[in-house]
Amino acid sequence: MTSYLKIDHVDKSFKRGSIETEVLKDITLGVEKGQYVSIIGHSGCGKSTLLNLVAGLLPVSAGCVLLENKEVNDPGPDRAVVFQNHSLLPWLTVYNNVAIAVNKVFGSTKSRAERHAWVMHNLELVQMGHAKDKRPSEISGGMKQRVGLARALAMEPKVLLLDEPFGALDALTRAHLQDSVMAIHSKLGNTVMMITHDVDEAVLLSDRIVMMTNGPAAAIGEVLDVPLVRPRKRLALAADPTYLKCRQRVLEFLYERHSFVEAA
Amino acid sequence: MNMPALKTQAATAIPVAAGELLRLPMPKPSYFKARLVPAASEFAAKLVPPLIMIGLLLVVWQILCSKPGATLPSPTKIWTEAYDLIVDPFFVAGPQDIGLGWRVLTSLQRVAIGYGLAGVIGIALGTIIGQSVWAMRGLDPIFQVLRTISPLAWLPISLAAFRDSQPSAIFVIFITAVWPIIINTAVGIRNIPQDYRNVALVLRLNPLEFFWKIMIPSAAPYIFTGLRIGIGLSWLAIVAAEMLTGGVGIGFFIWDAWNSSRLSDIIVALVYIGLVGFILDRIVALVASIITRGTSAN
Repeated sequence: MTSYLKIDHVDKSFKRGSIETEVLKDITLGVEKGQYVSIIGHSGCGKSTLLNLVAGLLPVSAGCVLLENKEVNDPGPDRAVVFQNHSLLPWLTVYNNVAIAVNKVFGSTKSRAERHAWVMHNLELVQMGHAKDKRPSEISGGMKQRVGLARALAMEPKVLLLDEPFGALDALTRAHLQDSVMAIHSKLGNTVMMITHDVDEAVLLSDRIVMMTNGPAAAIGEVLDVPLVRPRKRLALAADPTYLKCRQRVLEFLYERHSFVEAA
Repeated sequence: MNMPALKTQAATAIPVAAGELLRLPMPKPSYFKARLVPAASEFAAKLVPPLIMIGLLLVVWQILCSKPGATLPSPTKIWTEAYDLIVDPFFVAGPQDIGLGWRVLTSLQRVAIGYGLAGVIGIALGTIIGQSVWAMRGLDPIFQVLRTISPLAWLPISLAAFRDSQPSAIFVIFITAVWPIIINTAVGIRNIPQDYRNVALVLRLNPLEFFWKIMIPSAAPYIFTGLRIGIGLSWLAIVAAEMLTGGVGIGFFIWDAWNSSRLSDIIVALVYIGLVGFILDRIVALVASIITRGTSAN
C-alpha cells in the first residue's frame, strides 16, 4: 500500500571538503492523508533536515520522497512550511505577507476579489484579521507565528510542514496556538508533519509520533500511534490513562534508551 | 397649533443653553497649553543652543579678523562686501554675474545626472556581485583599489576620454559615488537571511519576482547607506571638479573669486556649499527612512 506522503529509504549526508557527515540513514515513513504526524528527537538528530528534505529545500542523498506517488525534488507551495522563526517579510504588512503567497499560488485561477477574500479568510482562521494592517515588528511572537501559519494554509498545501512552530514561544502562548492548530486541523483535515522537541505537544496534537534516534546517521527508532479520540481537550487529557501511557512511552524512548549524550 | 409653537420655543432655547454650556469646559486653552506650548519650548530648546554657538563663533571670528593686517575678512566685512550675494541668491546681472543660487543649481544638475547614473549602475552591479561568489571574488579586490582613488585623479583621464568639461565633471561624480553604492548593495544582498530565500523557494518566485519582492526590500537599508555616502562624496567631488573644468557652477565661482581676490565671496560660497550638502544628506536620509520603514526592525 502506498501512502499519501512517502519517505522511501532516504539517506542524507553533508559534504564539506573531503569530510562527509551522514545525518539521516535509511528513513522510511508513510503519512496518510489527513494525518497529523510529529517527529520528535533530541536536538541535532536531523529532524529539521528531514523536514527540509520533504519541503525540497535540501536534496536527498539517496532514496526519494513521494507525494501522491510523484517524486518531489524542489520546494513548492504544495508543501508549505511554517518556519520556527516565523520568517515573515518585515517590510510587508500582515495582510501582504499572506497576499504575496496567495497572489503567487492563485494569481491565475482566482480573481482579485476572490484572492482578497481568501487572504482575509485565512487571517480570520488564525484570528489575525484584526491586525491585517500591522507590520511584523508591531505584533507579538505568537501573532507572528499565527500569520506564518495563515500564509502556509493560504497556499492550500497538500502537506503542511511545521518546523518547531511553537519552539520560540512562551508556555501560555504555545498552549493557545496548539489549540488553534488542533481546531484548524479538525476543521480542514490537513495532512501535517510537525517537528517538535516537546513530548506533551507531540502527544496532544498527533495521530502518530515518530521518534528518532540520536545522530550522526539518525534513524527512526520507534513509531507510536496515539489512539486518543478527537476533539482532544487539554485539561481532560491530563488525567487520561491513554494519554499518560503515550507520554510515558515517548519519555522512556527519549531519556532511557536514547538519552542525549552531549559530550559526544 | 399649540404643539409646533412650543417646539419652536424649545428650539430657540437650546442654542442659548448650549452656548452657556460650551463655556464651562475649556478645551481650547487646555489644548494650547498641553500641546502648543510644550512643542514650542521643545523647538526652542533645539534651536537656541546652535544659534548661541553660531553667535559665539561669529564674535570670536570678528575679534580675530578685525586686527589690522588680518589676512581673512571678518563677518562684518563679508556682510558689506558680499551683500548682494547673501541677500539675493537668484539675481541675474550678466552672463557671468549671477546669484549663487543659480550656480548651486547648475552644480546640482551635474550631481543629479552623475549620482543618478551611479545609483542605477551601482545597485545593478552590487546586486550581481552580492549574488555571485565568483563575481565577488573577481571584482571586489579591483573595486577596493579603485575606490581609494581621489575623484580629481580621474579628471584628466575623463577629460582625455570625453574631450569636454561637462561630461567629464559628470563622470567624476559618477566614479566617486558609485563605489560605496556597489559595495553596500553587495553586502546587503549577501546578508539576505536564508529564511527569506526559503520563503521565496517555497513560493516558487521567479528571479524577477525574487529581485523586486525579496532582494531589494531586504537589502534596502544597506543600499541606502551606500546612497547616503554616495551623495556626500558627489557633492565633495563636484566642487573640486568644477574648479578645474570651469564654466558655471559653485566650484568654478570659488576659483574665479580666488583669482580676483574676492575672499568674502568665497566664504559666502562655502556656507552655500555646506548648507546644500547638509540638505542633500537629509533628503536621502528622509527617503531612506520612508522606504525602509519596518525593514530594519525585525
